[in-house]
Amino acid sequence: MTSYRLDRGGAINRAQALTFTFDGRSYKGFQGDTLASALLANDQMLMGRSFKYHRPRGPVTAGSAEPNALMTIGSGPRAEPNARATMVELHQGLVASSQNRWPSLRYDIGAVNSLLSPFLGAGFYYKTFMWPAAFWEKIYEPLIRRAAGLGKLVLEADPDRYEKAWAHCDLLVVGAGPAGLMAALVAGRAGLRVILADESLSAGGSLLSENVSVGGMRAADFARTLAEELASLPNVTLMARTTVFGWYDDMVFGAVERVQKHVASPSPELPVERLWRIAAKRAILATGAEERPLVFGGNDRPGVMTATAARSYLNRYGVAIGGKVAIFTNGGSGYRTAADLTACGVEVTAVIDARPQSIDVAPAGIRVIRNAGVIGTKGRHRIEGLLLDRSGFEEVVGCDALAMSGGWSPIVHLMCQRGEKPVWSEEKQSFLAPDVGPAFTPVGSAAGLQTVSDCLRDGAARAMAMSAALGFAAHAAEIPDVEGEYDAAFAPVWYVPGAKDKAFVDFQNDVAVADLGIAQREGFRHIEHTKRYTTAGMATDQGKLGNVNTSGIVAAMRGVSPAEIGTTTFRPFYTPVSFGALAGVARGEHAAPSRISPLHGWAKKNGASFVEAGLWYRSAWFARDGEKTWRESVDREVATVRAHAGLCDVSTLGKIEIFGAGAAEFLDRVYCNGFLRLPVGKARYGLMLREDGIVFDDGTTSRLGDNHYVMTTTTAYAAEVMSHLELCAQTFWPELDVRFVSVSDQWAQMSLAGPKARLIMSRVVQDDLSDAAFPFLAARAVTLRGGLKARLFRISFSGELAYELAVPAGYGEAVADAIMEAGREDGVCAYGVEALNVLRIEKGFVTHNELDGRTTADDVGLGRMMAMQKPDFIGKRLSTRFGLTAADRLQMVGLKPVEPHKEIHAGAHLLKDQAKPSLANDQGYVSSACFSPTLGSFIALAMLKSGRERIGERIVVWDALRGAEVPVDVCSPVFVDPETVKLHL
Amino acid sequence: MASLITCPHCGTRPKEEFSIRGAAAPRRPSAGDRDEVWYAYVYVRDNPKGLTQEYWHHAAGCRRFLVVERDTLTHEVFGVTDAAALTRKEAAE
Repeated sequence: MTSYRLDRGGAINRAQALTFTFDGRSYKGFQGDTLASALLANDQMLMGRSFKYHRPRGPVTAGSAEPNALMTIGSGPRAEPNARATMVELHQGLVASSQNRWPSLRYDIGAVNSLLSPFLGAGFYYKTFMWPAAFWEKIYEPLIRRAAGLGKLVLEADPDRYEKAWAHCDLLVVGAGPAGLMAALVAGRAGLRVILADESLSAGGSLLSENVSVGGMRAADFARTLAEELASLPNVTLMARTTVFGWYDDMVFGAVERVQKHVASPSPELPVERLWRIAAKRAILATGAEERPLVFGGNDRPGVMTATAARSYLNRYGVAIGGKVAIFTNGGSGYRTAADLTACGVEVTAVIDARPQSIDVAPAGIRVIRNAGVIGTKGRHRIEGLLLDRSGFEEVVGCDALAMSGGWSPIVHLMCQRGEKPVWSEEKQSFLAPDVGPAFTPVGSAAGLQTVSDCLRDGAARAMAMSAALGFAAHAAEIPDVEGEYDAAFAPVWYVPGAKDKAFVDFQNDVAVADLGIAQREGFRHIEHTKRYTTAGMATDQGKLGNVNTSGIVAAMRGVSPAEIGTTTFRPFYTPVSFGALAGVARGEHAAPSRISPLHGWAKKNGASFVEAGLWYRSAWFARDGEKTWRESVDREVATVRAHAGLCDVSTLGKIEIFGAGAAEFLDRVYCNGFLRLPVGKARYGLMLREDGIVFDDGTTSRLGDNHYVMTTTTAYAAEVMSHLELCAQTFWPELDVRFVSVSDQWAQMSLAGPKARLIMSRVVQDDLSDAAFPFLAARAVTLRGGLKARLFRISFSGELAYELAVPAGYGEAVADAIMEAGREDGVCAYGVEALNVLRIEKGFVTHNELDGRTTADDVGLGRMMAMQKPDFIGKRLSTRFGLTAADRLQMVGLKPVEPHKEIHAGAHLLKDQAKPSLANDQGYVSSACFSPTLGSFIALAMLKSGRERIGERIVVWDALRGAEVPVDVCSPVFVDPETVKLHL
Repeated sequence: MASLITCPHCGTRPKEEFSIRGAAAPRRPSAGDRDEVWYAYVYVRDNPKGLTQEYWHHAAGCRRFLVVERDTLTHEVFGVTDAAALTRKEAAE
């Protein structure tokens, strides 16, 4: 028996035994245990294998900074890799497995890497695997990746829920140790809205692990008393199991609350984790201090851990880390550990003090060896003894655990996350928090204080000052007497010379002191360079234990003060945060919702296949019985529209209502063509440019009243156009009286096109639709035969006689059904966006295939629309510059293959007949292509160099992707009804 | 970048509600201005270290364009003004 559970003591509930498994073996622990303390109680010190060398590892800490005891918790889709066993609360049935080992934790083949370690030092992958270059991707990297590493990601979907929330407070206290508790109490009593957040399940921090009495109570009982009073104050919120991981601008803090990580089966009613953003007026950093490991040969042997961890396992969990514990220290913490262990009946074999002398006193009968250093450790899966050196005299000391103390590093991460660097204190031999102004201040041991009474006093004093600054009258709290404190002062020892084995400075990434030396020798001397060359501080623990030692050792190597070396940059997150918590509810359809047209139901029952267009689902074609390919359906739909009539859902177009006395003038300025004289009751096609003269978007705008217009945009640009209009109205011309509202989702809109469109529409609409009464481009409110008010626009995107009917969204499906019914005898069909596309290509109408952010109005044959006589419009000035008016620009033309059944694809490039494919010979590209059932031929729209003067030329469509070359004739882009007779029927 | 922006219409809101729409200082030239002026307006932007004025569109709020004056180095926000109100005030002066 080496590590074991004591018969008494600790804050665990011995009445509540829990069963759990580790690597398939069953163990028992108690409620209140962490996974690490429960494993230690079962004499399971070996908890992991190291990242690179696969060295056996046990826990070094009992808390948040743990680098070694990383495990996968849970199984199946809930398995979570890289959990710190020191932070995992034990629960009944918990399943844990070790990582980065094969075939088992005890017998790990990867440990052969230790023998290869001369080749695996800092920068090894830059040097060893240099050649042949092709081997890197195929052989070296996969090999290294398999050999090195952490836990494995689960590829199944996470079944649990996560959520996000905001919280607001006057004072946020980060950490519920003695200083934090006291600060929260003083501020809470004064009436401030206080949030006290702590990583642990219960408040108390170091009070839970220290063997002192406060106000006549055991420290843990004192902490509970304070927490109870805080919980009774309505203005104080205690947030347990909550890690504040980031400090952001405007005093916003990020925190993650583990709501159900500690339960056997999470309730579906609650999230497992909740991501908080806490907006605080003031904040107090009461995160405490981290005990530094000592850096000596073999300091990673399982059983070697910080003295604080040893006391924490002893006092909080009732676990002795060994039966014969040695202590290696440079300050009071080691002596206190010796005293605590002895008091619990645990044998302490020796206290080895690196200092030549000190005032610290070991318990009676314990051997103290001063001015000595540990230079090696023995044992495989746990320490069996140590080798110490005193002025050249080497001695083996037997032990089965080693508690080490290298001094203290205040936990200042949060205060350094917004650019300020920690400040080296020669007096404290620590990096302290920078001054970041009065809103955020460190207290207690986070501020470099060392005793419990100092921490209590400091917490109260800082909270008083903060309360006063916020206008609250706080009363001085009575500071209770603390008995049994020890002096935690230390003399720094960065590195213990004479190491017989690797002396690790970063346990998690397997970085040893020798690696830091290599980095200095090879020129990676800046601490940020040293970090990246050696990977010190780069793993999931982000160097919480190792970084200060790294800076100290590099400083010592260079013979300068740590102040000159500084630290690497602190960034959020303080501890890893799951992607689930960061995503919150934004998963699946909540991250990318489906937009469904009001005519979706109509389309579905008419047999539509849908295509995704952004978030929209648009009906693409409507297959009928016997149609085997989408082309058959589309060809039939196009032919039906040209011969009879078809109904198409165009609800996805952007729709913007525009009001105001300045609306006409406004439209005249945002469109390149004129809108001032558009009469009431008329629609007009409009083209918007960007300020650089390139086409932005197109659509129709109709004047429904003197000061009332409705604009349509393309589906894709609905949001962009809305923002653009707002930008223009609010920043360019705020003097214009104009207002907008997006009504894209409020109206169902459908296009009825074809020679029989009037006949059919007249059966649905009461109003006179004769050409005289409702001519081409008429746009006005109408009444449907059932009495419903609607809007009718005589506009066409097919070249056929066509109407677009807009009805309030909820009526869409019923009205579309009515039109289908009204047109049944006349052969009406539903048609989708594929047929719509064929119909518009046959007519040479443009979409964003042509308006692709590179084309001008003139490029697509719409140059004459630009009303250059207008004093100004968006894009006017730069549309006339030389580059945009050059004669050799690409211009839109039509293409017809010489053999009608040779297919052309959009994206293919154009070459002169007989020309070799090359960039220099490139003549342009195909923008849109389809099979035209009307012509019985494939056709295309294309952007061709000086295209309009090349009508009739034979060129080649070169499609390297499909290995096709198709000879085509250049023609007008209007393939059907060039005289536009059909529009005016 | 600020975490919170105090919209003059909606109050203090998280930055995710806004879209940043570029420098607010350049003024749209008049149609008759020289090529260089238009070129500078459309294509040339400062990348200041320090004080800057940007358009923030309160896209998930009041849909107003706001001028946010802030420091690109310290992220301090000095003021948030409705862009139209600012333009009108400039015109009046």
